[in-house]
Amino acid sequence: MKNVIEVKELTKHYNGLTAVDHINFEVEEGEVFGFLGPNGAGKTTTVRMLTGVIKPSSGSVSVMGFDLGRHPIRAKETMGVVPELSNAYTELSAWNNLQFTAELYGVPKREAKSRAEELLTKFDLYDRKDHKVKTFSKGMKQKLVTAMSLMNDPDILFLDEPTSGLDVRSARLIKEMVRELRDTGKTIFLTTHYMDEASQLCNRVAIINHGQIAAIDAPEKLKVRIGGLQYVEVSFTAPVDVSDLRAMAGIAGVRMSGDKIQLYTDEPDRTIRGLVDYSRSFNLEIVTLNTLTPTLEDVFVKLTEEE
Amino acid sequence: MIDQMRRAYAIAKKDVRIYYLKGPVIIFGVLSPAFLFLAFMIGRDLPIDFLLAGLLGMTIFFTSTSVAPVIAPTETQTRNLERLAAAPISVTTILFGDVLASVLFGIAISLVPILLGMALGVTIMHPFILALGIVLAAFCFSAMGLIFSSAPTSMTSTVMMLSMMVKFPLVFISGIFIPVQELPSWGQALASLSPLTYITDLCRYSFQGAGYYPVMVDIGALLVFLAVFMVIAIKLHERSLPKRL
Repeated sequence: MKNVIEVKELTKHYNGLTAVDHINFEVEEGEVFGFLGPNGAGKTTTVRMLTGVIKPSSGSVSVMGFDLGRHPIRAKETMGVVPELSNAYTELSAWNNLQFTAELYGVPKREAKSRAEELLTKFDLYDRKDHKVKTFSKGMKQKLVTAMSLMNDPDILFLDEPTSGLDVRSARLIKEMVRELRDTGKTIFLTTHYMDEASQLCNRVAIINHGQIAAIDAPEKLKVRIGGLQYVEVSFTAPVDVSDLRAMAGIAGVRMSGDKIQLYTDEPDRTIRGLVDYSRSFNLEIVTLNTLTPTLEDVFVKLTEEE
Repeated sequence: MIDQMRRAYAIAKKDVRIYYLKGPVIIFGVLSPAFLFLAFMIGRDLPIDFLLAGLLGMTIFFTSTSVAPVIAPTETQTRNLERLAAAPISVTTILFGDVLASVLFGIAISLVPILLGMALGVTIMHPFILALGIVLAAFCFSAMGLIFSSAPTSMTSTVMMLSMMVKFPLVFISGIFIPVQELPSWGQALASLSPLTYITDLCRYSFQGAGYYPVMVDIGALLVFLAVFMVIAIKLHERSLPKRL
């Protein structure tokens, strides 16, 4: 697989602060690449540099073989961008927004018309195509902005928090679209706060913290890499004294999650036996008992805390 | 290059659809020069062709400088600017699109005083010079509007306040209300620094048959001001755009 995005020593300084600090990574053709990080870690700055919205202080970005610094127009023609906040023109209709985008990207008129009809139908907006965007709900706006990003049939799609604040149905539609685009060979650069989403959709994820890349790998490999975070999740019919559980043999840590207690351990079998003994001795009934491997969220928390 | 011009035209079409009927454009672009002119004209016995030339110059000036200062802060606030910044277009293309929209607005509104004058019996002695002057001045003042709009703010009122601080003094030193030849020498020197002086002079030439400067000086000055304003606007916008995202 060839690299469609190559980032070398990318750096951005703002007023004496380093927002992005000499980061390097590549994105392969056809993969869904997740870009995760806590607020203020440098995610948006990085995406803005990758999409040519702002210029880096140093370093380089190459998109589809075009150096973004030297050939920004050619590089941008290969991209579609869905920003974090909807930026469709609210005074224009959905149709006019799509046609305007097509004109900006040099899409021939006839092609623009048929693509707009196809996308509006796909995103369930065709009936509202002549309505001004200011009358749209947040979900409809997000679907429209996503449709706008596909008007130039891009090779690479940048999605910044595409499902943030959406209702379940709209979020599912966008995720389904990501899968479909991946299946057609498009490359997707996905920024998200939702670890489940990244875990479900991404072939690889990069975690950025304090402007530096903390880790890049497939989600499952990252989970294995951090290790030692297996846990047993249990809930009882009555409240229990957590300090009793913490004192059990082989327990590395205890965390409350709603009415459930998460016991971190390297020996899940021994922990389960201990919990059964504990419930018997206190005459408690176990409601749920699950053995869980670390989630991408655990990886994220561990890596961003350590950094 | 041709692709970029087409994309600038797309931006101009978008601007026309969205911004022409915005409140600040109507207030500062149409109503301000109309009321300023009425305040000057009422109670004074001045020839109609002299008044018309001044009104026309002022109209082109106010209308052409009123559109761009609304576009930039509004698009900063609505985050549409980020969409344009991510699109395959240069800052110059965005600005040319905005200029084109301003120019069309300036030309369209300038027809109002011309038609008014014709209805009152004023004849245009040099229509082609007048047409050329209007187009040139509309480009020149639109580029001037772009300079105001480069302020890194999302507040339209801030940009409008800045622009009015420059525009109002210019009206009084540009031979609109008092002919340049009647100004003291320091006033004439000041007038020569204002682009508005040259379009007013061209209008006087077109309506009255004589101006203060030779026609070629008026046209040349407007071209120089246009080039200077455009270069300054591009530089300022390239610098301020990242701050407005």
